[in-house]
Amino acid sequence: MKASAGGYARAESTRHAIELLVSADGQGRVLAGGQSLVAALNMRLSSDDLLVDISRLSELSGVRDAGGTLRIGALTRHAEIGRSQLVRTHAPLLSEAVRYIAHAAIRNRGTIGGALAHADPAAEFPACALALGATLHVEGPNGARAIAAEDFFESVFTTALDEDEILVELSLPKCGPGDAQVIEEVARRSGDYALAGLCLVKRPTAYRVALFSVAETPVLAQRCMAALEAGDPDGAVEALRAEISPPSDTQATAEYRRHLAGILLRRALARLQGDRS
Amino acid sequence: MTPGFVRKADVALTVNGEPVEATVPVGQHLVDFLRLELGLTGAHASCEHGVCGACTVQVDGQAIRGCLMLAVQAEGTEVWTVEGLTEQAAITDLQDAFVARNALQCGFCTPGFLVAAKDLLAMGGVPTRAETREHLSGNYCRCTGYEAIIDAVRSVAQARAAKGAV
Amino acid sequence: MSIRFGNPDRPNSYIGKTVPRPNAAKLVQGRGRYVDDIVLPRMVHVAFVRSPFAHARIAGIDAEAAKGVRGVLRVFTGADIAAVCTPWVGVLNHLKGLKSPPEHALAVDRVCWVGEPVVAVVAGSRSVAEDGAALVEVAYDPLPVVTETMTALDAETPVIHPELGDNLAFRRLHETGDVDAAMAGAHKVVTARFRTARHTGVTLEPRSILVDWNPADVRMTAYHSTQAPHMIQAVLAKHLDIPESRVRVICGDVGGSYGIKVHVYPDEIATAAIAKIMGRPVKFVADRLESFNSDIHARDHEIEARIAVDAQGGILAFDVDDWTGIGPYSVYPRTSAIEGNQVVNLCGGPYRFENYRARTTVVFQNKAPTCQYRAVGHPIAVAVTEGLVDMAAAELGLDPIEIRRRNLYADDAYPVTSPANMRFEGLSHHASLNRLVEMMGYDALRADQAEARRQGRYRGIGIASFIELTNPSPFMYGIGGARISSQDGCTVRMDPDGSVVALSGVTEQGQGTEAMLAQIVAEGVGVKPGQVRIVTGDTEITPYGGGTWASRGAGIGGEAALQAARALRRAILDVASVLLQDRADALDIRDGQVVDGTTGGARMPLEELGRIVYFRGDTLPKDLPRELVQTRHYTTKEYPFAFTNGVQASYLEVDTDTGIVTLLKHWCVEDCGRVINPQLVDEQIRGGIVQGLGGALFEEIHYDAEGQLLNGSMADYLVPMAAEMPDMVIAHVETPTQESELGAKGAGEAGTAGAPAAVMNAINDALRPLDARLTEMPFTPERILRALGKIGDLT
Repeated sequence: MKASAGGYARAESTRHAIELLVSADGQGRVLAGGQSLVAALNMRLSSDDLLVDISRLSELSGVRDAGGTLRIGALTRHAEIGRSQLVRTHAPLLSEAVRYIAHAAIRNRGTIGGALAHADPAAEFPACALALGATLHVEGPNGARAIAAEDFFESVFTTALDEDEILVELSLPKCGPGDAQVIEEVARRSGDYALAGLCLVKRPTAYRVALFSVAETPVLAQRCMAALEAGDPDGAVEALRAEISPPSDTQATAEYRRHLAGILLRRALARLQGDRS
Repeated sequence: MTPGFVRKADVALTVNGEPVEATVPVGQHLVDFLRLELGLTGAHASCEHGVCGACTVQVDGQAIRGCLMLAVQAEGTEVWTVEGLTEQAAITDLQDAFVARNALQCGFCTPGFLVAAKDLLAMGGVPTRAETREHLSGNYCRCTGYEAIIDAVRSVAQARAAKGAV
Repeated sequence: MSIRFGNPDRPNSYIGKTVPRPNAAKLVQGRGRYVDDIVLPRMVHVAFVRSPFAHARIAGIDAEAAKGVRGVLRVFTGADIAAVCTPWVGVLNHLKGLKSPPEHALAVDRVCWVGEPVVAVVAGSRSVAEDGAALVEVAYDPLPVVTETMTALDAETPVIHPELGDNLAFRRLHETGDVDAAMAGAHKVVTARFRTARHTGVTLEPRSILVDWNPADVRMTAYHSTQAPHMIQAVLAKHLDIPESRVRVICGDVGGSYGIKVHVYPDEIATAAIAKIMGRPVKFVADRLESFNSDIHARDHEIEARIAVDAQGGILAFDVDDWTGIGPYSVYPRTSAIEGNQVVNLCGGPYRFENYRARTTVVFQNKAPTCQYRAVGHPIAVAVTEGLVDMAAAELGLDPIEIRRRNLYADDAYPVTSPANMRFEGLSHHASLNRLVEMMGYDALRADQAEARRQGRYRGIGIASFIELTNPSPFMYGIGGARISSQDGCTVRMDPDGSVVALSGVTEQGQGTEAMLAQIVAEGVGVKPGQVRIVTGDTEITPYGGGTWASRGAGIGGEAALQAARALRRAILDVASVLLQDRADALDIRDGQVVDGTTGGARMPLEELGRIVYFRGDTLPKDLPRELVQTRHYTTKEYPFAFTNGVQASYLEVDTDTGIVTLLKHWCVEDCGRVINPQLVDEQIRGGIVQGLGGALFEEIHYDAEGQLLNGSMADYLVPMAAEMPDMVIAHVETPTQESELGAKGAGEAGTAGAPAAVMNAINDALRPLDARLTEMPFTPERILRALGKIGDLT
């Protein structure tokens, strides 16, 4: 099908983008890499949107070392994240996640901010942000604010962003010495959305486990994390399977996904062991 | 129309080395623009939801999905399609290898595969079979079973590497 | 003089060699010309409003808002189209009892599946036509929906077409010998229930048609992405009331077909009807989403089957009960009963046994119609047969290779008639199996499997022997009353410059038809393939023919081309003999030159002969024939079908934690008779295998109980992609058919026929130590874990 867009405007600055969103009065849609939005437009899942194209805002792109944190511009493309040495050093989870995201041509255009703001529960980056304890920096007509990843994802395709706010950057605590970050997922085919996926971040005294494709949002597996911190991996698997409530669809049932989550956790833990040995 | 927004937009870009100016409906994706407005029918619209890769073209040096980029977003970019890459002899070895290995049957996917493979070959070196399969895993071919395409792409990588080594 | 195929050093030896495809270069340069690439003056586009209900009465249509969209030109309802286009009924006389109601180009009064076209909106662009279509309001009164195949005939199930009495479209029972006695007296009887999922073809180029009606010339021209131009010509003529001679179907480049594009589709006929009404060119290119609910589906079968064996593993009997749901209509004009019929014809096909019972039950349901799709029925029959044979072997502790050796028809047993009454002229099951075993290093692979198992990894080897029906005679469709040609013609002419043009009724879908024809004609005449131009896909120009289906292009079209080329060669030599004052049988044509037949010494270039014939005919004897255009037609006469055979093997690993299957390698040995172009045949086999692997691991159309299609996009209907597919080793045994001089049989569907069964057997081989058995395709990770008992059974 052919897209039916209600209108288009190219933002010249973040401020301009916000003004456009305000004037769109709820009809505005931020167009970044477009790898999900344009597909949805082409399917006429959404029509008459007023597209605010922010893809030219070069100030929103790039990875930088901000001392204690790593800061990644919202328009940084997946492929750039995959290539970034800074990301590899300070947030290796993201580097590893990139290879699971769709295919090369999509990674060349898709942006991390777009992936986070789209909030697809099956996507890798939202769960990574959650596992890493990222902070999402947004700007709107009333100024800037920071939202913890835990508070950002509200439901399927729905975030804490107001309709005239734009995600501009995320900041991440750096991977410390002795930390480990791994992502595991199972998909039917390379590049497909995962049947289930799991991010495991191990810090000296804490674990963070975030899952994708098992709920309406990426989820932190709190009880699982507690069991890991208590040194009980079997209990962690059990807790994980008990605390998630995955959906069923044509690819897999909830039961399969629940089983798979446990397998992914075991695999992730085995990799940590392997890293240590 | 809400102030600041337009339903049609003027775009100026370079396509296959030639300057192009046009007014496009803002919902039109790049591959429809190339096909319908410029008559460049080499890249194809097939799934139009970013899965099949038949629309893959090169924008600012990178392979992208022509159906997932709006034409209006191509303002100021440099676009290359199979027609232009052919004229520039940029992928002649790859095209010859596809023909020699019969790495195409109906040919509908081929322009997309060529652009995707060009991207892979630009990284240099000789990718393994698995790496080649992985890189091309976003391009659908119902005819060949893929093996001939993998063979063709790797044979070009090997030939280029051998040439570079001389 | 016949061609000495056995001598690879013979002159003009192009048949049997890999010759590059003449039409490949344009395709890699993006210079193909597919239907959507064609733009005609005054051309308009049509988009269809499709039913969102699986079964409903149309209570009203309000198109006012759509007509108000700037750029929308016309809106047509079913009644509007019915005024110029008669409905059709998809039955064939020889499929006794097959019934189906009349089907209209656009639904009239009632819709019967989600996706059925209801209203057509015509505009200056596809985009605007879609804007209009989105505003058409159709009021529906929902009717009871039938989705389940197995309960479609139950008394409490609503009848979709009350005038037909029940939901049974077709039923056939075939019985030979005494199956019950054989089962009762057998050493072992193994029973299994198989399921093959509903598939669709997902041609990368969607269905496409551009129809122009020129009332001044009384001429309809359809540019159509099709496999069978002459069949479509007849259909358009009949249903739009135009003389057949005034309809021209042109089929340029086709972006994949696989059976999807050999059927009559309501929206395509509606497009032609609209062209006739509007008197201007109308283009319809299906988008991917409507392809999923309006392209034909296939292979939605459930089968309960048994095999009986004696203590040595000798097969005593097969008993097969096949059920399939075909949607609300039998598809015109090939019908939707063929697939079930093929299951009956093909089960047990490779094996010598006495007692056979097979029944197919074909029922109506409110889903998209099913019809013939690559390897029609074969993947189902092969899965049932080979699945049972492997299960019997396991029961008896026999190696899968050994049980096949004990039961396959001996290579010198032919001709033979199978228990299903299929007549085999000559097959090579044992030679093929031996070659496969050698090629795959069977013993070493078993050792590798054992080693993997010691490491806790589950690898499996699966074997699948098969037969494939090719080169069909009129027994397939013609005797049933359909205007579907099983014969094919070829016209070969020499032009003044000595080059040769061949016009053929078979079509190019990318499989290499034009290369195959070029090398046959080159060899038949005595020129280089580069001197031969091939013309296909135009009913105005080519001899009448069937096109591409049932693996017939090389075997039927190739033989017609060979005979026409040989006739042209004789005609040229008759002229040369006068010009050179030598006996025609002392001369030959090689590389475009008339030469001395013994020494090969050059006597006269063909262009010189052409110059004389075309421009200086005055110098030739008055009564000398100088007909440098020859046409021949060919159809098989002795056998209804030319069967081929082959065997495939799959090696794979099952992750028993996730259920993910990794395909490690695949092998196929097949016998399509004379191999004309080894590379093209190998690539047909490879592409076919991957299409079969898709069915084995990924492809499955899902409907809910309301008949809603749940996964109608490429994000949700999973086709095989490069990363998961294995490398494939292909080899051939050649048993040429004696019915033709060429000796070629078909090769296009063998890969798809055998691959799913090989994968199924490999998975079951891998999981046998864990007592898991899978017979329901596709073998998804979830199904594998359920079979392993790692997650519970679905209730």
